[in-house]
Amino acid sequence: MTVLDNELSRLIAPGRVHRRLYTDPTIFELEMQRIFEAAWVYIGHESQVKKPGDYFATQMGRKPVVLVRDGDGKLRVIRNQCAHRGALVVAIEKGNAPEFTCCYHGWTYHLDGRLKAVPLNHGYPQGFDPTDPKLAMLQVPRVKSYRGFVFASGKSEGPALEEWLGHMTSSLDDMIDRAPEGEIEVAGGVFRHAYDGNWKVYFENLCDAAHPLFTHRSSIEAAQQQSDDVHSDGTGEIAIRQMRQNGAPYSFWESQVGIWTYPNGHSYLGDYHDDSKLVAALKDPVFREYIAALEQNKGKAETKRVLEVRRWNSNIYPNVSLMSQFQQLRVVHPIAVNRTVVHTYNFRLKGAPEQMFRNTISFANIVNGTGSLVLTDDLEIYNRLEMGMSSEGAEWLQIGRGYQSDVPDTHGGRRGKNSTSEVYIRNMLDAWLGLMTDRQVAPARAAS
Amino acid sequence: MAKPRKPKATTSARRQRPAPAQSSRAARRGAKPLEQASCERFLLHEARLLDEARFDDWLALFTPDGWYWVPSEPGQDNPHDTVSLIYDDRRLLETRVRRLASPRIYSQEPRSRTSRIIGNVSVEESSTHACTVRSKFVMIEYRRESQRLFAGTAFHRLVQADGGIRIASKRVDLVNCDSPLDGIVVPF
Repeated sequence: MTVLDNELSRLIAPGRVHRRLYTDPTIFELEMQRIFEAAWVYIGHESQVKKPGDYFATQMGRKPVVLVRDGDGKLRVIRNQCAHRGALVVAIEKGNAPEFTCCYHGWTYHLDGRLKAVPLNHGYPQGFDPTDPKLAMLQVPRVKSYRGFVFASGKSEGPALEEWLGHMTSSLDDMIDRAPEGEIEVAGGVFRHAYDGNWKVYFENLCDAAHPLFTHRSSIEAAQQQSDDVHSDGTGEIAIRQMRQNGAPYSFWESQVGIWTYPNGHSYLGDYHDDSKLVAALKDPVFREYIAALEQNKGKAETKRVLEVRRWNSNIYPNVSLMSQFQQLRVVHPIAVNRTVVHTYNFRLKGAPEQMFRNTISFANIVNGTGSLVLTDDLEIYNRLEMGMSSEGAEWLQIGRGYQSDVPDTHGGRRGKNSTSEVYIRNMLDAWLGLMTDRQVAPARAAS
Repeated sequence: MAKPRKPKATTSARRQRPAPAQSSRAARRGAKPLEQASCERFLLHEARLLDEARFDDWLALFTPDGWYWVPSEPGQDNPHDTVSLIYDDRRLLETRVRRLASPRIYSQEPRSRTSRIIGNVSVEESSTHACTVRSKFVMIEYRRESQRLFAGTAFHRLVQADGGIRIASKRVDLVNCDSPLDGIVVPF
């Protein structure tokens, strides 16, 4: 593997990355082992498995796993595979079960994955021992929840979750702190997007402050021309405001948004809303009611502190992005080197007015909706990136915006002096190389 | 999913839908109830407008407070508590249609071409001035060397207004609404 390691190092240079990272199936296979089986990977939220027996079938990288709360209330992430002939055991996305049974020969498993019973068990060879721990729906070695957000790692050793997350815990905290009763739950359904492109390009777009004004022109212009006198039940009002915000001038994107990056590939983009409804919406009666609920539960000072945290996308490498301010969370599922599926979820803030959750849903439809006037142009970009990169045109892709002007920041971070800096891409690639060449943490800054 | 469900009224005043003004006018004129044949003709006309990318004409079929909805879940109860592949009130629908005409709509570069078959039309509920029509559709969308196949059930709330038929609401239940999908740009 050493030869390949050296080869990998040569694919990233200061301000440049080789297109092979996005198009080479060998590299993709290696990513599935060295990133998605090694790093802390986001699995799901505890509110999806509230009671013993509750399960949520998902993927860790490409591999099917089940997040389940066992009989003792403990969270487990088990491989969704029968130890007998290898069939997928849990075929429904979510539910509650006292045990898991394979539909092929009836092998039955405890909720923590241990084999419970084998029909016709006299027929197996001598030495067949149903209590052998290898005959199980195998547990993923490390499972850890950070305040309800469940992560798993396929490696039994390595940095602890909180160490891995570093300063990004503040974005997860922000999601929870915004709930007047200090609790959140997954609610309101899920979007599932698919595109023919590499998983990394999705993450590389989420903190890109230089693209909205160009990529989203069609929706910006259509929204700018829209009369506000036309009937709206509130949905269009929220959507059109969001689209118009995307049309802020370049000077605004460059100087007022802010881009911060942290070790292990994490980053967040500052917020860009000058909004009287969703953000610090003092004039909106629903938001006033919300602030009152926050103040009642947390006091004025804490409420002020919570509302002053204003972040757009927070990306926790390698597979989850959240918008704490708007209760959105996106999980990236790599399928193949040129195929990716993204699931997006919403959270309900306990103790907040019901109408606020409905505003969250309207907001989700415009920023994450499969038929959104905005997101559909992003999906087009992901598809075109794949088509372009596989053209055998330019070998080296440019990721050098801000390279000479980025500045060190607190918590071991680095931020763009200009908010349109591609520092977040370079930062992810540093982490990528660290994981892919199995060094502890990001090595010498390869891309940055 | 036997019945189309109208989104529940909410406590928020701005979400309350005004009663359609057309209904009382239609009633005053003593309009005859909508018949199956005229509903069917209307749906075929609508499908043709969409296939021919005459989106402005399609928009003109909706009432001033009409809405268009493609749920994200089978049997979804309402568009307010659960996300939707598309949920447009009239204001957003106008913006959607205006964007479709933009030369800078990159997700329609190249443009999709569609072909739809409408069938199994039945009038589910009818009064003097309005009715709910259930229909099946199959739509092929061709774009950039590949075809996508969509199928599902549509529920139209049709009202008689201005001497013609207008869409007060349209709900489209895709059979694969909860599947991973690439972007949906051309309306169903």
